[in-house]
Amino acid sequence: MASQEILREEPSRGSFVNDPKVRSLFFQALVVVLLVAGVWWIAQNVIANLTRLHIASGFGFLKGRAGFDISESAIAYSSDSTYGRAILVGLINTVIVAVVGIITATIIGFIIGIGRLSHNWLIRKICTVYVEVFRNIPPLLVIFFWYSGVLAVLPPPRDSIHLPFGSFLNQRGFYFPRALWGDGSWLIFVALLVGIAMAWFVARKAHQRQMATGQQFPVFWTSTALIVGLPLLAYALSGFPLSFDYPKQSTFNLTGGFQVSPEFLSLYLALSCYTAAFIAEIVRAGIRGVSKGQTEAAAAVGLRSGSILRLVVVPQAMRIIIPPLTSQYLNLTKNSSLAIAIGYPDLTATAGTVLNQTGQAVEGVLIMMAVYLVLSLVTSAVMNLVNARMALVER
Amino acid sequence: MGGIASVTMRGFGNGPEPELRSHGKKIGLCLKTEKGLWVMKHIAIGILGAATLGVMASAASASTLDDVKAKGFIQCGVSTGLAGFSAPDDKGDWQGIDADFCRAVAAAVFGDGSKVKFTPLSAKERFTALQSGEIDILSRNTTWTINRDTALGLNFIGVTYYDGQGFMINAKKLPGVNSALQLSGAAVCVQSGTTTELNLADYFKSNKMEYNPVVFEKLEEVNAAYDAGRCDVYTTDQSGLYGIRLTLAAPADHVVLPEIISKEPLGPAVRQGDDQWYHIVKWTYFALLQAEELGITKANVEEMKTSDNPEIKRVLGQEADTKIGTDLGVSNDWVVNIVKAVGNYGELFERNVGSGSPLKIARGINALWTKGGLQYAPPIR
Repeated sequence: MASQEILREEPSRGSFVNDPKVRSLFFQALVVVLLVAGVWWIAQNVIANLTRLHIASGFGFLKGRAGFDISESAIAYSSDSTYGRAILVGLINTVIVAVVGIITATIIGFIIGIGRLSHNWLIRKICTVYVEVFRNIPPLLVIFFWYSGVLAVLPPPRDSIHLPFGSFLNQRGFYFPRALWGDGSWLIFVALLVGIAMAWFVARKAHQRQMATGQQFPVFWTSTALIVGLPLLAYALSGFPLSFDYPKQSTFNLTGGFQVSPEFLSLYLALSCYTAAFIAEIVRAGIRGVSKGQTEAAAAVGLRSGSILRLVVVPQAMRIIIPPLTSQYLNLTKNSSLAIAIGYPDLTATAGTVLNQTGQAVEGVLIMMAVYLVLSLVTSAVMNLVNARMALVER
Repeated sequence: MGGIASVTMRGFGNGPEPELRSHGKKIGLCLKTEKGLWVMKHIAIGILGAATLGVMASAASASTLDDVKAKGFIQCGVSTGLAGFSAPDDKGDWQGIDADFCRAVAAAVFGDGSKVKFTPLSAKERFTALQSGEIDILSRNTTWTINRDTALGLNFIGVTYYDGQGFMINAKKLPGVNSALQLSGAAVCVQSGTTTELNLADYFKSNKMEYNPVVFEKLEEVNAAYDAGRCDVYTTDQSGLYGIRLTLAAPADHVVLPEIISKEPLGPAVRQGDDQWYHIVKWTYFALLQAEELGITKANVEEMKTSDNPEIKRVLGQEADTKIGTDLGVSNDWVVNIVKAVGNYGELFERNVGSGSPLKIARGINALWTKGGLQYAPPIR
């Protein structure tokens, strides 16, 4: 009590300089001023030095003609396009590899993670070996393994490996037939959308009915029938409008069809395999984090092991899994910049080429940093939304 | 970027040191005295002021020649390994025209051709390295273009090798192809961030041909991909193709197609804004040419000093009261030092890419103007 009184009196006794509130405000203000001054100083430095060295600056170069070609582009691009579009092509390539990589890594990661908890000795050990191997190798080496070790030793285009459905595999990539949609094929897509909507509706109704009466409804088979059956019906009704463009041998390469380059394939496989090892550990930790009593209680009320996992364990485990999962998704996106080592035209590669052709390193690096930052923030935002939905709802 | 900032910070830190010119010195001192008077609250303003001064001080920092002399060697940017131009030999010493050119500059500045340190750079890194001051000379089979002279803030000093872009194919795998015009549909390996990449796009576009670019950042990656058969065609400067062919698994299988699709004048470059250094590097190149023209070689340079020919005497700095070398900022026997270190241009060429090398490239347009080539030096007088 006595010490409290002293503390309370001290501010009034001490001078203005010794007031902790003023001090704290002063130092906070000082830090802000120093920070702003530091950033301003760096910016001024860069501007002054660029001027002194007669190096062009500003973002006007983005409108200039690029002049170089890019091997893979999801949007229309030629050497006549602008530098800005070249960077956009790279960005889209980064997003493509990140999105498909994240999906694949999540699927592999969940399978391996659950596999590590299996009662089957062989499955458990295989999954352990997978995790230990991929987790302990740098991602760049995994990329090189797929690129130089697996895909580069495939036969040349003339001796391509024939796969089912008119697909080919050779050292220039994986080729498969491209679907050509004829007149009336919109009906198929409409049917697909209708099928998905109806399946969702059925699932909802079945859930409500089970909640009300306890009776179950075969949701899975009904949904499958709706999603697959309706488009097939539409396909037949609209007069089979689908045809295929098959890859064919030409002087140098296979032409026609749809080509997936070995650069994309190796980057995609490497990032998926590498990140999956980490996701597997996160999944295992999440499932382990659910108290054993929950499983036992679920078994006691008569649920089978599949249902226990699906209805009791996984929903609780997801709350533990999602936050660290976000970091892995961010890692995968950022690791995609390793593409430069094998020549996949991702953002780092195309922006780097633009940087070099224009010599505007400061702007080029700023653009790259800003884009990766935005990509990461978007990923985090989406995962935070998912996390909020999964969070424990207190009643 | 770190480089650019650090250069300035060094300039600021050294504020009142003697190597700064009076302008920077005054400001540095002024800052120091006034800073003592200011109270704590003004620190922030002080920092803002210091930042401005730091920038100004750096603008008045020492010249490249002084920097080079102070550190005792020249930092030379070379390729990551291109036979004949700049590549480490079995002892780890850099060999080639570009490496020897840096030795020639070192000989002119220090009288000792060995005072060079080499920085291997990829095509993408090279300009930033020079702009930021990491290297003093970029001597890395780099094509001279207007964009690089203007927007990139470089100064090319001349053309040490006249080259042109060509194509190489594996004749064993593609027996019917003997012209670049038959390459439509091919996969083409190319290094990113080069003029080669741009010429390639232009050539295929103007000939209405299709191609699939396979682009890598590093030369070794392009070589490995071509050798593994990832692409059908390799394109770069023709001299480079001959050099790269030697490194392939089966060199005899590969042929360089006859078409040359571009002008590639390769030469060393320096930063803008330092005329003295620019002149030293430029006249080192001219001295190499002049020495060949006058028949001064590594072997006879000592005898030539006593020559009766007034031009030879003048070039070698043997004229009484000569100021040619000192006006340039080096010693008067600079040409003697250059030739002693690397020989004349002809010797340099033959040793690295010509008859004395595995490349066996003919002089062609790289011969002296007196022999029908393009190499021509303004008079040293």
